[in-house]
Amino acid sequence: MSEVTADPRSPIDPQVNSSGREGLTGTAPASLYGPLVEREQITIAPDFAPADAQPAWRQDFPIDWPQDQYVERRDFMKFMVLTSAAFAVGQLWIAAQNWWRRQNGSYEIRRIASVDDVAVGGTIVFTYPAEHDPCLLVRTSDTEFVAFSQKCTHLSCAVIPRPEEGIFFCPCHEGRFDLRSGAPTAGPPRRPLPRILLDIRGRTIYAVGVEERTV
Amino acid sequence: MRTTAHRPFSRDQRTTIVYGMLAFVLIIVILQLWLLTATMNAWLGGDDTVVLPAAAVSLGCLCLNAGLLWYLARLERVRRQLSG
Repeated sequence: MSEVTADPRSPIDPQVNSSGREGLTGTAPASLYGPLVEREQITIAPDFAPADAQPAWRQDFPIDWPQDQYVERRDFMKFMVLTSAAFAVGQLWIAAQNWWRRQNGSYEIRRIASVDDVAVGGTIVFTYPAEHDPCLLVRTSDTEFVAFSQKCTHLSCAVIPRPEEGIFFCPCHEGRFDLRSGAPTAGPPRRPLPRILLDIRGRTIYAVGVEERTV
Repeated sequence: MRTTAHRPFSRDQRTTIVYGMLAFVLIIVILQLWLLTATMNAWLGGDDTVVLPAAAVSLGCLCLNAGLLWYLARLERVRRQLSG
């Protein structure tokens, strides 16, 4: 005779001659009027077979899979809400940094070099606006100077000027930026290099601000 | 007079509810991730007009998720109270 593989959560036993119902008639199981076990307290095997049909290891360490699944999903949802909180905190951090940046006000005017210090095609490294913000001044022609932040907009590696190729080159991931505009032309960077605003007074070059751009 | 029967959800029903909530929460969290990266990109590029609206929307998403979690906790609390 085949084993009964009905859902053990069901209170009605469809088989008359099954275990515990010998000698009884009708469809009610012998345990119907016994102490009630709450439906959710019944341990259910993955194959829905009764407990005594399970292998010994599962009988020794029964796992209630539906309960396990419920708890797992519930805890995963809690973790996702925690992740959501982390993202919201990140947004607030950006807002706080933005407020701090606005409080600091405008950029100072700082002397970089004399016009005669840079040959055509030559570069000078300077820091602006803070001491740890390296920048590059490039003389592209007799009358034209450009300056950009030296930090790659991908992962902040220092870019290297290559005036003969007309690019700034980032050796970390082979990013390339146009020498005149600072716009990304190849590699992983998506944002242009921040432009340092210059003011040439007489023979002296001054940095007067930073222009950050998205395109 | 109209009365309402307060029968707690069974575990299977609660599992279904959790699945629905989880799908909703996952979509919102992915939206928040996109919002954070887009805001960071704009802010690093000097565009700070989106910072405050994005922070407000992200906080709104968090409130929505926290509300769903609170509802789930309430379901379990009601279940425990009614089952003694």
